[in-house]
Amino acid sequence: MLTIGLTHYLVLSAIVFTIGLYGALSKRNAVVILMSIELMFNAVNIAFVAVSRFLPPTAGSPPINLSGQVFALFVITVAAAEASVALAIILAIYRARKTVSIDDLNLMKW
Amino acid sequence: MAPSFVEPLVFYALSALLVIGALAVVFLPRIIHAALSLVVFFVGIAGVFILLQAEFIAAAQIIIYAGAITVLVLFAVMLTQRSASPESNPFNTQGLIASVVAAALFVALLAGITTLAGTSTIGIDMDLTPALGTLMLGQWVLPFEIASVLLLAALIGAVVIAKEN
Repeated sequence: MLTIGLTHYLVLSAIVFTIGLYGALSKRNAVVILMSIELMFNAVNIAFVAVSRFLPPTAGSPPINLSGQVFALFVITVAAAEASVALAIILAIYRARKTVSIDDLNLMKW
Repeated sequence: MAPSFVEPLVFYALSALLVIGALAVVFLPRIIHAALSLVVFFVGIAGVFILLQAEFIAAAQIIIYAGAITVLVLFAVMLTQRSASPESNPFNTQGLIASVVAAALFVALLAGITTLAGTSTIGIDMDLTPALGTLMLGQWVLPFEIASVLLLAALIGAVVIAKEN
């Protein structure tokens, strides 16, 4: 157990992703659901960067395969865009309905 | 070179921080406490990135997540809180199904992870940020530009959606 390898990071990523999924499915406040989704994004980023660090590189100048890190950066970018738009939507919903509880937001439920 | 017990020690400490922070986000009864736990979680993630020798991503993590996204979330919390009820972070009625789904996913992930073959743990003592920059503006330049357009679209979209009529 004294050598930290890829498996350790992937298990950590899986644990955090599971917590985030549970939160996203079981919370009532839309803002907390968004926060749980951010937990899942970060769990995926751990996996990307860990795979990038530990997998053998392709033939080329960088000693490790940096594609995973590039993907993590894109995930961060898209997560920032997602957070801003989602919070704007939550604010608009709150202004119209005076609630952000998803139990009350069943307009599109058939 | 640090002694060999340092990396496991740091890893397990960061893991404990991350798991506790994530659990606090989900289980703390007050939403503002959950939002502040999210900061602890984001900083812990940056620590993991540094441990994985991804210093640039760690810096981006601190700036974007621990800085910007946390402020956005706090603004949303402040603007949408109506009552001073102590239970501002309630669970819905789907808790049982949610835990079953999450547990099933966790088992599936573990099953996938354990089938992975052995990996290299070579130490790298060079700065990888220049190589990352070369990749971003070389091989990945098209996604890079599309991401900038996406950010612009999200910026305008957020303003349009959130502004008062």
